[in-house]
Amino acid sequence: WDETHFGKMGSYYINRTFFFDVHPPLGKMLIGLAGYLSGYDGTFPFQKPGDRYEQHSYIGMRGFCAFLGSCLVPFAYLTVLELSKSLPAALLTAFILIFDTGCITLSQYILLDPILMFFLMAAVLSMVKCNSCADRPFSASWWFWLSLTGVNLAGAMGVKFVGLFVVLLVGLNTIYDLWDLLGNLSLSLVTFGKHLLARALCLIVLPLVLYMAMFAVHFTVLNKSGPGDGFFSSAFQSQLVGNNLHNVSVPEHLAYGSVVTMKNLRMAGGYLHSHWHLYPEGVGARQQQVTAYLHKDLNNLWIIKKHDSDTADLSNPAIPVEFVRHGDIIRLEHKETSRNLHSHQHEAPLTRKHFQVTGYGINGTGDSNDFWRIEVVGRKAGKLIKVLRSQVRLTHVATGCILGSSGKTLPKWGWEQVEVTCTPYLKDTPNSLWNFEDHINPRLPNISLDVLKPSFAEILLESHMVMIRGNSGLKPKDNEVTSKPWHWPINYQGLRFSGVNETDYRVYLLGNPVIWWLNLVTIGLYLLIAVSTAVTLKRGVQLTSEHKELSRVVLHGGGQIMLGWLLHYLPFFMMGRVLYFHHYFPAMLFSSMLTGITWDTLLKFCAGFFSSSTVSRKVYGGGFLALVLLIVYSFYLFHPLSYGMIGPMASDPSSPMAGLRWMDSWEF
Amino acid sequence: MLGLVKKPFVVAVEINISLVAVTVMGLMSRLWGLSYPRAVVFDEVYYGQFVSLYMKRIFFVDDSGPPFGHMLLALGGYLGGFDGNFLWNRIGAEYSMNVPVWSLRLLPALAGALCVPLAYQILIELHFSHCAALGAAFLILLENSLITQSRFMLLESILIFFILLAVLSYLKFYNLQRHSSFSGSWWCWLLLTGVACSCAVGVKYMGLFTYMLLLAVSGLHFWHMIGDQNFSNVSLVYHFLARGLALILIPVTIYLSFFYVHLTLLYRSGHHDQIMTSAFQASLEGGLARITQGQPLEVAYGSQITLRNVLGKPVQCWLHSHTNTYPIRYENGRGSSHQQQVTCYPFKDVNNWWIVKDPGMQQLVVSNPPRPVRHGHIVQLVHGITTRYLNTHDVAAPISPRSQEVSCYIDYNISMPAQNLWRVEIVNRESDTDLWKTILSEVRFVHVNTSAVLKASGFIGASLPEWGYRQLEVVGEKLSKGYHQSMVWNVEEHRYGKSQEQKDREVELHSPTQMDISKNLSFMAKFTELQWKMLTLKNEDTEHKYSSSPLDWITMDTNIAYWLHPTSGAQIHLLGNVVTWASANVAALIYTSLSLWYLIRRRRKIYDIPEDAWQLWVSAGGICLGGWAVNYLPFFLMEKTLFLYHYLPALTFQILLIPVVLQHLGNHLCRPPLLKSMFSALVVAWFSSIYLVYCTFSPVTYGEPSLSVPELKDLRWKDSWNILIRKQ
Repeated sequence: WDETHFGKMGSYYINRTFFFDVHPPLGKMLIGLAGYLSGYDGTFPFQKPGDRYEQHSYIGMRGFCAFLGSCLVPFAYLTVLELSKSLPAALLTAFILIFDTGCITLSQYILLDPILMFFLMAAVLSMVKCNSCADRPFSASWWFWLSLTGVNLAGAMGVKFVGLFVVLLVGLNTIYDLWDLLGNLSLSLVTFGKHLLARALCLIVLPLVLYMAMFAVHFTVLNKSGPGDGFFSSAFQSQLVGNNLHNVSVPEHLAYGSVVTMKNLRMAGGYLHSHWHLYPEGVGARQQQVTAYLHKDLNNLWIIKKHDSDTADLSNPAIPVEFVRHGDIIRLEHKETSRNLHSHQHEAPLTRKHFQVTGYGINGTGDSNDFWRIEVVGRKAGKLIKVLRSQVRLTHVATGCILGSSGKTLPKWGWEQVEVTCTPYLKDTPNSLWNFEDHINPRLPNISLDVLKPSFAEILLESHMVMIRGNSGLKPKDNEVTSKPWHWPINYQGLRFSGVNETDYRVYLLGNPVIWWLNLVTIGLYLLIAVSTAVTLKRGVQLTSEHKELSRVVLHGGGQIMLGWLLHYLPFFMMGRVLYFHHYFPAMLFSSMLTGITWDTLLKFCAGFFSSSTVSRKVYGGGFLALVLLIVYSFYLFHPLSYGMIGPMASDPSSPMAGLRWMDSWEF
Repeated sequence: MLGLVKKPFVVAVEINISLVAVTVMGLMSRLWGLSYPRAVVFDEVYYGQFVSLYMKRIFFVDDSGPPFGHMLLALGGYLGGFDGNFLWNRIGAEYSMNVPVWSLRLLPALAGALCVPLAYQILIELHFSHCAALGAAFLILLENSLITQSRFMLLESILIFFILLAVLSYLKFYNLQRHSSFSGSWWCWLLLTGVACSCAVGVKYMGLFTYMLLLAVSGLHFWHMIGDQNFSNVSLVYHFLARGLALILIPVTIYLSFFYVHLTLLYRSGHHDQIMTSAFQASLEGGLARITQGQPLEVAYGSQITLRNVLGKPVQCWLHSHTNTYPIRYENGRGSSHQQQVTCYPFKDVNNWWIVKDPGMQQLVVSNPPRPVRHGHIVQLVHGITTRYLNTHDVAAPISPRSQEVSCYIDYNISMPAQNLWRVEIVNRESDTDLWKTILSEVRFVHVNTSAVLKASGFIGASLPEWGYRQLEVVGEKLSKGYHQSMVWNVEEHRYGKSQEQKDREVELHSPTQMDISKNLSFMAKFTELQWKMLTLKNEDTEHKYSSSPLDWITMDTNIAYWLHPTSGAQIHLLGNVVTWASANVAALIYTSLSLWYLIRRRRKIYDIPEDAWQLWVSAGGICLGGWAVNYLPFFLMEKTLFLYHYLPALTFQILLIPVVLQHLGNHLCRPPLLKSMFSALVVAWFSSIYLVYCTFSPVTYGEPSLSVPELKDLRWKDSWNILIRKQ
């Protein structure tokens, strides 16, 4: 399954080829490192799920992920222990995580999620530890946990952007902490300033530095051209060994007769592209398609010509080279098909209010709709146009619209390339600006491109923009069935990891339903308990010291965990991108910790009603044991989900899993 | 009785002259020359068509908001005697004589005018001085953008009116809370809060933001009450129940009643029908109801049916087949089964008829008594005209190669057996033995051999090429993950087949269906469907010349041209009062930074201002700044096309913040008398500048008088403003 992605990216690191992914690089770097150390040579192609690994040593990478995944249990244990000061609560949490089939499945394979969850839990743990060191600030252990929090935050952010939520959690906790310190009049303002500085240093500066460092490593390691080039700007590409922009030199100024490629300036914008295929009937005029294409291709080449005459043969040295100037009216001829870039007042295929752009004419002869005025942003008339550096706008002379790329993906007939339109709304957005990238003109002197070398900050910014764009670009297609956030806590539907048919070895990512439903119930229960506790306290009811301690655990400890759950769950409702079941797992960790704390509190509270201590201890112990047995038994029932199963599908009554298909939506 | 005689009958009237004065001024500023221009202005073209549909009682679906606002506009039309006959197609078109322009625009203008006294009252209820309240009223009065927006058939002014009304009545209620809980006026204001909230939500979904704010504020106030030992537990419960009733139950009921009225008014079918389910369409007069009236309810073996795809997007379509076959090779070289095409066809056609057949029997007629089909039964579907069986097999579909091809089986005598058994799964069943019902049942057809599900790939671009007559593709979906509407079908037309012979059957298929039984949907079912459709209906992302991003709004970097006189330079723009916008922003900044400063100082136990002043400051800021934030910030998360007028509710709250900040500055920060008088002088100067700007821009607010080209050029204070200048 997704091993194909992340395993492949691990291989890229080993081979040092540049690639593009929507997630920050740390997770894949660690996978790559683990593979490298365990002797994986990066040659396995990772083409489609279900391919056999054969002789490739993949155990190192899987083992690494599984190790991080198993660290979650002690982390959760320690966190809960720290928050509730109750061993049974911590044990309950640990049991839940040990016996949850979902967590097991997810951490067994080469995926980013175990790494993410590792850092996330480590950050929470060190935050909690640091809080409990609050009575001796600036001690060695205080510093240790504080900086460890920072390090783990950087780690979480560096694996996936979802790590942002744990940063938020820690941030909120820190603000609350500082607010508390501020109200403490026994602390002088200077001490408070020290506190503030220490936190800023450890929780802001340190993570940022680490985060940038990992990008620095990322860009240093990946110095060869690879499949991710096209996503980045021309300047960026000139950094990569093997890219045709690396260490090359091109003529500086654009001239008539030059062969060029044009790249859209929007982040992850494509090259202006055309091919022999026509627009299908019903989509504007039935002329040749013009699209934006992210990859390098011969069909991206265009020839610049004067609007009124064919430029004379380039080989004729008698005619002087004429440069293109700002404000000139030109014609762009597609090199492969000899058609002109053309636009007219038909609606564009997807963006209906824009005009369609086509390839028109035969062998370079077209009509007046092929004329474009070329303008450089922020330049006066008559200036020359520089390759790579000039930001160029192409205005259609007849209709006055501007050539732009809308960023929408065309359907199958357009080979899922990006739509190119002519927009009548004259705003200067990167969508409607282009630069010239390749430039071939044998009669002009070449200059080196090293001047373009971007600084590290620029690279960092650009790669983030591209990642964000890529993330939001992962939109569900119109008709696709996608997982919805409300499906997750109720364990509505799992993810098929491998194997479809009866004879295959199947692994299915699905949480242990007993545990998940227990978690779900607990959240409701917790809210009930928390509200009633808060109301009781607010009403000023006198509590025994025992109950006071319980209410502190519920409101303070449980509150932090609940906040973590909310922060890791609610934002998904607002995301437009494609969502998967496994996005819920960070929230699920919090929810499991909450379960431990809540049930422990509840049992203690119930046991408190019995006057004799032996009875109350029996009630408490019995309840606890029942929960643990329930969890273990359900694990026994569902363990084939994560360790794999062979045999008929569960919908078939003869399957061993037949009785366990409790919801119709499960497909194991 | 005697007492009445003895005591004189006295009615004491207290009139706040200034309140009356600002109301009158508000009315004047909004109502003056209301029927000018007598042409369609901007979004009137959009709302107008709904008014017309209300007049004609034709059903429509509008995804932009709940129906209450539309109904209010239509009420204006109804009172003015509008018959609905006007073609709303172009901004700037002259109204014909039958359109009562004045009364159509009256309600929004009245709502806009009443915002002025509301603003006054709100400041009074926040315990600010009379002066500050008057200031707020004048700021609202002289805000050009609010004037423009209220003078036309648009919904924003109505929305703002209800929002302010809700805030005001909540404040009144809260102030009564102290001494007279559960009194008549206490109940009155509490209920009015709920009513105004639901009206605001009913006009536009945006009203929800203010509703949430008020809920949060009342929750907070209640939380303080919990901590107050003066209340007994029982009285707390009463308070809680009263709030729950007035702020949650009643708004929900009223919101439902809007839809009830909406559905009662609109009982005729129209061109918006097709996005609704067959059951819904059947409940409308005309349209589908005419056809389906009197169909047998239960589908039986031998029934003749048409199957409509439930998705209904991008167009509604019916399962269809025709004699043509799939081409042997597609353009890209893939092969097909070369069997008869099965498609989804967006029009009614005799080829949409299918016959439900029992695999165990040969007959194609309904036996007597009919044997109904239930959930889980295995059936064959026979195409009525060609008598071929619906079939799917492991061949890639023409456009979506990951799915299976669906065809009508032709036996070519090659090793490709017929696989024409389908299991009927009723999706919305109540029990596992449910009958398959016409229109009501939503059915999945699961292929028995491959467990593929019959699906219309209803995305744009899924129409087949030339050989398939551009009809939509139908496939067998193998990876049937969960429920999707494109995999669900319902029977629309239905009759019991009677003719065993193919000839007779063809005649029968061509004849219209006739029988008896009618269906009625309950109101709740209609409501849920309509509301769901309204929320999920996705209009294509349209780019508009005047669309803007939320960031442009704060600084008013954008404007909207509403109308241009066909010959002269007279024009109407949505343009705010620059000084007001800037001062509102400054006020918000000052408020935030001062609050932070106070907050931190208070935390260190340093009290700069008296406690009651601090309470005032916090509550006023909570309402005004909070109102601004909830009405503004959510737009950053929205992906629809946004316009400057979306900012107006937020702006109204921000304007209310100005006098709050000014009074606070005057009272607490300008202590020395000299400073105080300087401050007053500044405020006066600032007010006059607001008035001046109002006057300067009033030609483009009211559209009169017409300005010359140089004057228009002078008005273009920002380069990003798009003021229309006619070329000479």
